Amino acid sequence: MSFRAKREILIKTTCSKISPSDRDDNLITKHNTMDQKILSAEGITYRYAGSDWQLVSTSFSVAEGEIVGIIGPNGSGKSTLLKLASGVITPDSGSVFLQEKDIAKMKRREIARILGYFPQNALGHFDYSVQEVVAMGRFPHLSGAGFLSPHDMDVVGQCLLRAEVEQYRERHLSHLSGGERQRVLLASVLAQEPKALLLDEPTSALDMQHQVKFFTLLTELVAGGMGVAVVTHDLNLASFYCHRVLLLKDGKIIEEGRPKEILTQEILKDTYGDGVDVIPHPTTDLPIVLPRTGIGVQKAKTS
Amino acid sequence: MDADIFFHHRIPRVLLAFLVGGSLAVAGSSLQVVLRNPLAEPFILGIAGAGAVGAVIVISVPGLSVHFGPFSSVQLFSLLGCILCVGAIYWLARSPLGVSMNTILLAGVTINILCGAAILLVRYIVSPHLLVAMDRWMMGGLDIVGYRELSALLPLLLPGLALLFLQGHALNQLAFGEEMAMGHGVNVASVQKLVFLGTGLTTAAAVSLAGPIGFVGLIIPHAVRRLSGVDHRVVLPAAFCLGGAFLTVCDLFARTVVAPTEMPVGIITAIIGGPVFLRILLRRSRDV
Repeated sequence: MSFRAKREILIKTTCSKISPSDRDDNLITKHNTMDQKILSAEGITYRYAGSDWQLVSTSFSVAEGEIVGIIGPNGSGKSTLLKLASGVITPDSGSVFLQEKDIAKMKRREIARILGYFPQNALGHFDYSVQEVVAMGRFPHLSGAGFLSPHDMDVVGQCLLRAEVEQYRERHLSHLSGGERQRVLLASVLAQEPKALLLDEPTSALDMQHQVKFFTLLTELVAGGMGVAVVTHDLNLASFYCHRVLLLKDGKIIEEGRPKEILTQEILKDTYGDGVDVIPHPTTDLPIVLPRTGIGVQKAKTS
Repeated sequence: MDADIFFHHRIPRVLLAFLVGGSLAVAGSSLQVVLRNPLAEPFILGIAGAGAVGAVIVISVPGLSVHFGPFSSVQLFSLLGCILCVGAIYWLARSPLGVSMNTILLAGVTINILCGAAILLVRYIVSPHLLVAMDRWMMGGLDIVGYRELSALLPLLLPGLALLFLQGHALNQLAFGEEMAMGHGVNVASVQKLVFLGTGLTTAAAVSLAGPIGFVGLIIPHAVRRLSGVDHRVVLPAAFCLGGAFLTVCDLFARTVVAPTEMPVGIITAIIGGPVFLRILLRRSRDV
């Protein structure tokens, strides 16, 4: 074989190794074949009392090592889906299984040792210190009056570091900004040492730097075997960091698949209307979702 | 003779003041968390109102004056009123429909208004000389005679207090809302029910014997949180001590200020407590 041919083969194999799409493929196949489902919801339905809105029979699962993005327009049922999956509300029919156990038959503490849930609205009622709040995440591992062992203190310390709130340790929540508070509450959920995380808009109050850091942290966590489902309105974060995406509309999962397959102009137009444009990322082949240019462009033209 | 007065009349009275004050403060601390409302207090759920209706009925119907064990008939009927009210609130809280805490708060306020109307009705009907006895009961007082009355308090008070103290750790979790608490592994519905039961029992015991003594259950919890921080494993025992000590001191004033007669302790709690609490509030707001 000529030198040239050898080099071409080498380039091909190297490229395929670093190409993000192929990396995704490898991950996906690995999940489907080897990894365990941590959480699975089977045929769950829910209707709020006195409302016409309902979640129609829905099934989904979260496996070890994957980040599942849950996206969709306002009122499409994303938060309801997470509440049902975490057992905060009980489905009208169908079941949720956590490590193959029916969640309806488990105690809250037992659930919390496996599953971390970060709700959308968690406003503090009393002014706890950052460290106290993070230590609250140890609740499912404690009994009695809930005194922390040295091991618990270690976990709390690590979570403070991971969520980058270590420097506020002694500060009180009322002295922190919205984004800092959100990170503190995330640290308290991490302190449960869960095997799966259900996060409802965890980065809504974070600046771009911390959004990226947060999703990088999620990537690290799933590499360690965790499974994550995250509701987000930031379709780009979903595109860059999620292995799979569920697209909801009107209380139904209408699309499910890799971000590249779901975040397309046609599909998003059906759900979000005319307001979005999808373009490929300049260096990877991942989709980027932009709000349609409107008044800004006209302004630029006239001036 | 002096020793006799001290051991058989003064000591039980001081113990009663301490127990009642402490219980109301603990009940108030727990309810403020569960109802997520800083204005919640033991009487907000209508418990005192229902107790007052029971007491007022006994005072106005002379034939009902009977004694049953350590209870006088006024105590017994006010206890009955309290327990009916607690039962109603508890029934509401355990309803599978998932009643919100706001609904329970409103239901309690409504029960209070209903009871107020019922008391006005009774007052309108009965002969005027009974009104003095009613007013005296409504002002609250700790004028018991001995250990017998004190012991009548304990069968409700001790289990109630135990229930509340056991919820301290879980109450902290509720500070970030019911969903966050559930995510952290708290059985929220059960904590709410147990807190209603516990506050109901302690408040019923306190009201039936001492009448509706205001202020302690509302203000002491806030004073304690300002002084000791907001960890309810600390707040609840601290509130018990501070509430107990506060009511004991108030009762001391009530007995001595206008001696040889005495003032209703309910008046003193507000007169002493108001300025003290304002002082604590202002001191802390300067720190911040």
